[in-house]
Amino acid sequence: MSGDLNINVHHLTRVEGHGNIVVNMRKGVLEKARLEIVEAPRYFEAMLKGRSFHEAAIITSRICGICSLGHQMTSFKATEQALGLEVSEQTLLLRKLLVHGATLQSNVLHALFLAAPDFLKVGSVFPLVASHPEVVKAALRMKRMANVMAEVLSGRAVHPISCVPGGFTALPTTAQLAELKRGLAEQMLPDLAFAAEVLQTLAGEIPDFSRPTEYISLRSDDDYALYDGDICSSDSGRVAVSEYRRMTNEFVVEHSSSKHCKANRDSYMVGALARWNNNHDRLCGEALEVAAKLGLEPGCANPYMNTIAQVVEAVHCAVDSIAILEELMRRGIKPEPPNQEPTRYGTGVGATEVPRGILYHEYTYDRQGRIVKANCIIPTGQNLGNIDNDMRKLVPEVVPTRSEKEIAHLLEMLVRAYDPCISCSVHMLDVEFIR
Amino acid sequence: MAAKPRVGIFDFTGCEGCELNHLNFEEQLLDILEHVDIVEWREAMDERADELDIAFVEGSLSTPDCITRINAIRRKSKILVAVGACAVQGGVNAMKNLQPIEAVREEVYGEDKYLFPTLPALPLSAVVKVDHEIRGCPMTQIEFLKVFTALVMGKRPVETDHAVCVECKLRENECVYDKGMVCLGPVTRGGCAAICPSFGQYCTGCRGLVSDANPAAMEQILVDHGLAAEEARKKLQLFNANQLEGTQS
Repeated sequence: MSGDLNINVHHLTRVEGHGNIVVNMRKGVLEKARLEIVEAPRYFEAMLKGRSFHEAAIITSRICGICSLGHQMTSFKATEQALGLEVSEQTLLLRKLLVHGATLQSNVLHALFLAAPDFLKVGSVFPLVASHPEVVKAALRMKRMANVMAEVLSGRAVHPISCVPGGFTALPTTAQLAELKRGLAEQMLPDLAFAAEVLQTLAGEIPDFSRPTEYISLRSDDDYALYDGDICSSDSGRVAVSEYRRMTNEFVVEHSSSKHCKANRDSYMVGALARWNNNHDRLCGEALEVAAKLGLEPGCANPYMNTIAQVVEAVHCAVDSIAILEELMRRGIKPEPPNQEPTRYGTGVGATEVPRGILYHEYTYDRQGRIVKANCIIPTGQNLGNIDNDMRKLVPEVVPTRSEKEIAHLLEMLVRAYDPCISCSVHMLDVEFIR
Repeated sequence: MAAKPRVGIFDFTGCEGCELNHLNFEEQLLDILEHVDIVEWREAMDERADELDIAFVEGSLSTPDCITRINAIRRKSKILVAVGACAVQGGVNAMKNLQPIEAVREEVYGEDKYLFPTLPALPLSAVVKVDHEIRGCPMTQIEFLKVFTALVMGKRPVETDHAVCVECKLRENECVYDKGMVCLGPVTRGGCAAICPSFGQYCTGCRGLVSDANPAAMEQILVDHGLAAEEARKKLQLFNANQLEGTQS
């Protein structure tokens, strides 16, 4: 081997958004190993300026079709804190259910449609329709069920309709909730168990690579924090969400239209693996069983295992959704209009664990309830520095034994394991409006 | 029988929610795959193709690179279908066109504003010939299936050009205005089965204006129902900033 290596994967496939992988090694010295983000900037912040609090989530939802529910939830929490809007227990339960549904749908989509083709050595899910029809059909059933949750509770899966600041404009019936529970128990759980079995047979295909890093996620005393919690770092412990700027420290790099972040080290990881490492003690027994079966251990430092952590979480979301549905049916659905009477005007911060990691929105409102300042920090942006650091460790390790093509594939799998949502990360960057 | 049509799915500046909606056809996806060969789709597969019968294209055009890519896609495609509000009208992205581009760039990237090239957000039809449109934010799935079926059968898809109000009435919804809210249903193209008013919301205009819309009268209705003139204009611009350009304010 000459010690020269040039890899240039233009417009990486099977990820959400546009990115290029560039690796450059000369005479055995690594000169460049990075993920270039070439997604077109969309300048959402400029669009939010002067918009009323009713419209904030309608607009920010359009940052990302895949995380649209997560953007809405985070937007509501920021708006509700800024305007002093209290929400009911019923609203909280319905929102938690929606977050579970969105996590289920996204995790299943990524693990089985986007990542699994790598383990089965094909270029997309389509050849699997012929070779592994049961797996594809189970994946489609699970996705459908997760989307039915979104449709029943919020109107539709992409850009939900009926969730608004202060509550909901339409509510499900008890009969619809019972139907959801039945679908989760009788179809989703068996399908997830089947998916876990299939992945168990493919576990040998997950690359053996390890690079300990800082893991950041939400953490809560009450549950496996997805809808809400404090910020938790594996290095420095818990801080309040209002301190988020201290934990993100955004900065611009030339090779990415999405800003990078850092906290205690020069990069950190967010997403399913970070949540697993920080919160595995809050998972239900069924999810822990699947984790044990798939070889996912606490303190896991292999980023490729993020896909496995997503499947473990999916099991938790399904089991916990059933518990929430039972609670809602026990209470009965009460008709209640959304609370949209502001009691103050100021600044609020919201944080939610969306499938790809922790998402922050911060808004400041004027006395007419219009946005004067917005700042949103997206999970994939937070992961970009960590992906670059993983590449810099991985490339020298595999250069002696692997071909250029194999290395390119390992790098694509690495980036894909983070389940990056590139359009998201570029769409929201720090901004302060000057009025 | 003729070979299956070769289909490609492409994305430009947008949220990829329309693409996700292709994958959300869980019940029909396997049937769809029986009638076409999907030969290029970056979000879901590795392969690329040189020639296409039908290209479904999502997103607005907002960088010099977008212009180059859409021209290349047009050249290799027999039929080009714009999918979703961003591709058809420019979508929410076009709101940035209402402000000076320098100011917009500076607000987001500060002193690094020149690192990333940008243009006003344009619909596909501003640069290439668009054969058919599937509207909505996200694209309306029932409309996609109608257009898709027609194209696969070699027919011309029928375009919807009546207001959302028509479909809202058919669903026997209480009028949004009677609930004390405002709504863009009267000037917005139907085809969505009035899904937002049916879930307690108002129509945000995501499917674009009907061809004979009177936006000035719509603005006046919003003002008559309590909105300030500026707010009324902004409401209409949410998904239709490009279409309203040049109309009376």
